[in-house]
Amino acid sequence: MDFRLNEEQQMLQDTVARLVRGEYSFEKRLEYSESELGFSADFWKQLGELGLTAVPFPEELGGFGGSGVEVQSVMTELGRGLCIEPYLQSVVLGGGLISQAGSSELQEQWIGGIASGEVRAAVGLQEPQSFYNLNDVETRAEKTGDGYTLNGRKAVVIGGHCADVLVVSARTSGDSRDADGISLFLVSPDAEGLERRTYPTIDGSKGCDLFLNNVKLGLDALLGEEGKAAEIIEYQTGRAISALCGEAVGAMEVACDLTLEYLKQRKQFGVPIGKFQVLQHRMVDMMSELEQARSMAILAASVADEPQSDERRRILAAAKNVIGRSGQFISEQGIQSHGGIGMTREYNFAHYAKRLVMINHQLGDDDFHLEQYAELLQ
Amino acid sequence: MNLNYTTEELAFRDEVRAFLDEKLPADIAAKVKGFRRLSKEDHQRWQKILSEQGWYATHWPEEYGGVNWTPVQKHIWDEESSRYGAPRSVPFGVNMVAPVIIKFGTEEQKQRYLPRILSGEDWWCQGYSEPGAGSDLASLKTRAVRDGDHYIVNGQKTWTTLGQHANMIFCLVRTNTEVKAQEGISFLLIDMDTPGITVRPIITLDGEHEVNEVFFEDVKVPVENLVGEEDKGWTYAKYLLTYERTGLAGIGISKAALQHLKELATRRIKNGRPLIEDASFSQRIARVEIDLMAAGISNLRIIASVEGGGMPGAESSMLKVRGTEIRQTINDLARRALGPYAIPFVEEEMDLDYDGDFLSDENAAPVTPQYFNNRKLSIFGGSNEIQKNIVSKMILGL
Repeated sequence: MDFRLNEEQQMLQDTVARLVRGEYSFEKRLEYSESELGFSADFWKQLGELGLTAVPFPEELGGFGGSGVEVQSVMTELGRGLCIEPYLQSVVLGGGLISQAGSSELQEQWIGGIASGEVRAAVGLQEPQSFYNLNDVETRAEKTGDGYTLNGRKAVVIGGHCADVLVVSARTSGDSRDADGISLFLVSPDAEGLERRTYPTIDGSKGCDLFLNNVKLGLDALLGEEGKAAEIIEYQTGRAISALCGEAVGAMEVACDLTLEYLKQRKQFGVPIGKFQVLQHRMVDMMSELEQARSMAILAASVADEPQSDERRRILAAAKNVIGRSGQFISEQGIQSHGGIGMTREYNFAHYAKRLVMINHQLGDDDFHLEQYAELLQ
Repeated sequence: MNLNYTTEELAFRDEVRAFLDEKLPADIAAKVKGFRRLSKEDHQRWQKILSEQGWYATHWPEEYGGVNWTPVQKHIWDEESSRYGAPRSVPFGVNMVAPVIIKFGTEEQKQRYLPRILSGEDWWCQGYSEPGAGSDLASLKTRAVRDGDHYIVNGQKTWTTLGQHANMIFCLVRTNTEVKAQEGISFLLIDMDTPGITVRPIITLDGEHEVNEVFFEDVKVPVENLVGEEDKGWTYAKYLLTYERTGLAGIGISKAALQHLKELATRRIKNGRPLIEDASFSQRIARVEIDLMAAGISNLRIIASVEGGGMPGAESSMLKVRGTEIRQTINDLARRALGPYAIPFVEEEMDLDYDGDFLSDENAAPVTPQYFNNRKLSIFGGSNEIQKNIVSKMILGL
């Protein structure tokens, strides 16, 4: 048993850490966040140049052949820096869906670009009514003579406002919550009939809802087998959950460090507030949550790229449940430990707090994953 | 990153399983799995089997008859023996006083006591807590005054677990009142048959006689029973507590208790369906199982980090808190699973030989008492609040 990263994995993580340290000061992040793009095009370019956007792809498609552990190493550092570039959406999810489902033509067409960072993908899998159940798909894709016509709405597509390609789920058959009958399509952001309502997110990023009104796609827009996308979506969101666990652990580490530092430095009643036992114990509870989350992130990474099984499902649901809970706990207790300053936009803790709570709203919250886990109880 | 056992470790696990399959008495396993109280004889029978196998003293170096397992092997033993329902060894002799004697004791003390612990001849109990010294252990008042070749001991110890079975007690006593509390404490080994010692039972809220008060009135203890140096006992006491804390997380026991809970919840009925299929109850089980999964990995991380040697530090304090909360939650859910049948206190059904009709479920009777009994988990071995103080000081530097 060995829970340490190997030398190459450590080097990878150090590379990301150095890059983030150099490029991602708190002030710069605010600038990136407020820009029209919503993140740093330059930082994204550097991720590509350093080969970091290529990490999970097979070598024959221009990738690095990295597994869940490597992806998590990258995501942990992006989480520490609170980076808002769409790595999860484009590299992990978009690239993952195209790699698994796409024909070799589609893979060749898209993966090279996604791996180099020159192409950015975003994924539209959820809908206004779907909550976190990705099989709840009401968007319809009607087969026509020469392709498909899509109608419906996809909800909260992070990074969708600036993506070069959108991977969208739509129903080609079946009832609205059937696993069977869901298909994936590649949609150009310029497609006629596609409208985007773009918005900032509360955690400093940008996203949009997609409105598909008679969007006409060619047959080559179908990604994978018609009606058989549910398993692929489930598998890839599992990989993304593992990646998100990495980001969450990175953000939690910094949130805990900031809080601990504050407890040592802030004085009230003539002593550093960290002398007060009630705050000490809260800090220990926060650290304990972080360690539980770290343990589950490690476990998630170990199954992220394994073949699908109930064991993999259980571990990923458990991991997402734990990081959802621990992230929210650390956010809330960290704000409380900071007092008023933890409430301000100008102090970086608040931004970690917001991101950690929002991670719980991505790919299913702790309640959702508790239900999933309970259904798999043995 | 590698979360798997090595081939050798897997082979060891097979060896452990084969041993437990063959040697663990079925009646003892049934008691453990059903939360029933073990008799002194049960403990001794199992202890003898372990000693014959050479697997009793898992924390000792081989030269004293220990087995010198690696941290991973110890972990495998914990997991498997819990899963099979093997009793945990009563720790006071083999896992608490013995490591102290090995590290700080004289050659005579090693020669005298270690073989008697291995053979089961001596049953040790722990004389730490006092009525006025619980979490603030260093405030203890039991006095030992040097008088020629003896110490004269006067005072009272309490919460002495299974002291009613013991013939030996290791005690923290005050030998110096002039110095700081921690600096005037000594570590004494005392024969329970010495005149002046009285053991009085404390019956706990579940009706059990598990703990005792021990009174010392002019008890004469030979000076050769002092461990290490006079007034240096606090150092030895703390050394012992690091041994006590490891394993207090009870991950293996929790896994077995969770299995017991699921079986119970499969037999209990709510709304015409097995309780385990009830949405809210299954989610309560799911939640604690998830927490246990995470704590299990945290435990393995600590084990892997000490695999090269050494003792785990304050991180095991964090895990003690987490692990005991998890065990208490599992006990809580087992009690809830009984519904109104949590209320009857049916002592006769706790007896393994009971052959009458069961009021509700064959495993129901010990469940509520066990729930109440295990409130102790967050109190003993350093209360969970004390553990947090340790983490706060040692890891966080607050």
